[in-house]
Amino acid sequence: MKDTFGLIYTSQSDMCLRELTRSRSIAAMPFGGRYRVIDVLLSNMVHSGITNVGLITQRNYHSLMDHLGSGKEWDLDRKRDGLFILPPFVTKDNTGAYTGLLDALRSNIGYIRRSAQRYVVISGSDIVFNTTYDALLEQHIRTKADITVMYNIPSEEELREQSDRTHLKMDEEGRITDVEYSPILHTYPAVSTNVYIMDKSLLMYLVEVSAAHYRTDFVRDVLMSQLQSLKIYGFKLEGYVKRIESIPSYYQLNMDMLDEQIRTSLLSKPNPVYTKVKDEVPARYEEGARVSNSLVADGCIVEGEVENSILFRGVRVGRGCKVQNCILMQGVEVQDGAQLSHVIADKSAFIKRDRRLMGQPSFPIVIEKNAVI
Amino acid sequence: MGKKCVAMLLAGGQGSRLGILTKNTAKPAVPFGGKYRIIDFPLSNCSNSGIDVVGVLTQYQPLELNAYIGTGKPWDLDRLTGGVFVLPPYVKGKTGTWYKGTANAIYQNMGFISQYDPDYVIVLSGDHIYKMDYSDMIALHESKNADCTIAVYQVPWDDASRYGIMNTDEDGNIVEFEEKPKKPKSNNASMGIYVFNWKDLRDYLIEDENNPKSSNDFGKDIIPRMLQEGKRMVAYPFDGYWKDVGTIESLWQANMDLLLSPPAFNLYDSSWRIYARNPIMPPHYMAAEATVSNSMVTEGCNVRGTVINSILFAGVQVEEGAVIENSVIMNGARIMKDARVRRAIVSEHAVVGENSVVGGAGDIAVVGQGVCLPEYSVVRPGEQADQEKA
Repeated sequence: MKDTFGLIYTSQSDMCLRELTRSRSIAAMPFGGRYRVIDVLLSNMVHSGITNVGLITQRNYHSLMDHLGSGKEWDLDRKRDGLFILPPFVTKDNTGAYTGLLDALRSNIGYIRRSAQRYVVISGSDIVFNTTYDALLEQHIRTKADITVMYNIPSEEELREQSDRTHLKMDEEGRITDVEYSPILHTYPAVSTNVYIMDKSLLMYLVEVSAAHYRTDFVRDVLMSQLQSLKIYGFKLEGYVKRIESIPSYYQLNMDMLDEQIRTSLLSKPNPVYTKVKDEVPARYEEGARVSNSLVADGCIVEGEVENSILFRGVRVGRGCKVQNCILMQGVEVQDGAQLSHVIADKSAFIKRDRRLMGQPSFPIVIEKNAVI
Repeated sequence: MGKKCVAMLLAGGQGSRLGILTKNTAKPAVPFGGKYRIIDFPLSNCSNSGIDVVGVLTQYQPLELNAYIGTGKPWDLDRLTGGVFVLPPYVKGKTGTWYKGTANAIYQNMGFISQYDPDYVIVLSGDHIYKMDYSDMIALHESKNADCTIAVYQVPWDDASRYGIMNTDEDGNIVEFEEKPKKPKSNNASMGIYVFNWKDLRDYLIEDENNPKSSNDFGKDIIPRMLQEGKRMVAYPFDGYWKDVGTIESLWQANMDLLLSPPAFNLYDSSWRIYARNPIMPPHYMAAEATVSNSMVTEGCNVRGTVINSILFAGVQVEEGAVIENSVIMNGARIMKDARVRRAIVSEHAVVGENSVVGGAGDIAVVGQGVCLPEYSVVRPGEQADQEKA
């Protein structure tokens, strides 16, 4: 994959996560006790041998920049190429927020032009899976496709919830013949993972032509409208795939990490997900702590009871607490005797003594960053 | 421009009293406290004290230590001018030799220190667990206009005869030094941490090297010589936690000290963080059938058994029915079904087979690095199971 560079588009369709994405994009969402969504996407590229990655950010990108720094922890702090964070900038053609992927690419055409590699992998940022793109590129070259779209077949249950997905129909050879965008009733089971591979020169052409016609959306203005003129193929991704489309799906992603098999396949094997190191002390369990079926990160101090939960770094659970089915992000403190069930507490939330918060599996309670309850 | 202070960290010790724990690795690379190695403490102290040139003198089993230190990034010691350097002995013309003693190790690397033309050199050892602000000690050295400042720690009187003892006057000036005295006059033990003025130290090292009778050791030769010449020697009293982890018993005890409430040694101080090379692993998982109490557990662990008063390092697997009590289980070790581990140290990547029994009342039992104990094995208290025995 030496001849490929990567582009990650962090979208702004972030309102679906309510309070959690008020001050960050989905790409910056913490999950699994110590990771952020972007870690998975970057690690996928790095493990594919891609050493030139552009990260297109908009709006709330401070949280991302803070997390990524120079890219060193993803091995992307390189002499040639490396990680390029591409924040929005305001010019006469730019407003600072993008109306779609094509619009974002147009704003960053300079970076694309400068990249020396022949192929480009473009990835969205509200979906997680652990893979390398080698097989995708191999198929792309073999089929002589213009564009190859990576898709998977989600479970019926996952599709029950309405969301903006792209459903694909393919012929026997894998060429895409029809596309449905955000259908109320879908016809095709294959759903795009918003990962595309193509020649850089084709991408530049598409971006320039689209800009000239004021077309801004990649799915609508390329995938749907140019199905005939371009050879667009599908590539099937196997394994665990999770779309972060709503609070319940974000909650489910975290709870899925309690399953050893899913956890291993998404986070550690065959390729580990890289993330920022915080130098926390190992987690500490006091006498009287009771913990079952939970994922606990370093720096936690647990004195009470924790069940079916994810504890991020530096969480404190006091004496006599009962924490069930919860996601407690970095630095959350639960004081003695508090009871929480189905709660997502954002960073550094503070739950005072003996408080009781009970959510439902289908509607977890969300506590804002730094909130004091 | 010269540096103010260069640190020289003596990491060549074999640590033979640690038995099979140091069979394949130097003592400073021995794991400690769930995610650290002994050398993380002096390196983090340097970083937190603002010392940004550190020479690490290695000679025994340096591979693991070299790989661990790497560019020094985890300790913020990959710096534009300076940083951390591993300094093994090397051949100079026809004369290359091993490091003959602690002073000789510094002597052989005078060229390294001269590059930075420092005012001071601080000599550290890679054998202890402690947090110390070296800049404080250097400030004392400066304000007292000393020729040499030695950190001292008040050890229990009963133990004093095992240490190098510094006898001081009321002003903290060292008037006498006794190596392992039978009848100690004070309990101020040398911590093996010395601050010297670089220019003086250089002269002493050259003089010492030219003396064929010298054992080329700081404690035995350089310090007595400086005292003899009436140099201004100052004691820097240290009253924090300081533990030599030179034996299996003391290594185990120092780990257990972390589990006291409040811990005898506080790792949670965010202004004085202890840095380590971190493994890339998910948070640890506690299964529904797991029981854990008064323990430290770190990333990558998978616990299905019982863990009491113990420390689990990264990636440890504890299967159903296994019971671990008062033990230290190092990186990647696996404790299989229904095994019992009590008062033991299980070394890196060792496997304790199903229904095995390791340790118990009495001395600490040890399972060596990478050793696979078959099912129903027994390792008695005080026993060390290495590859040959298993």
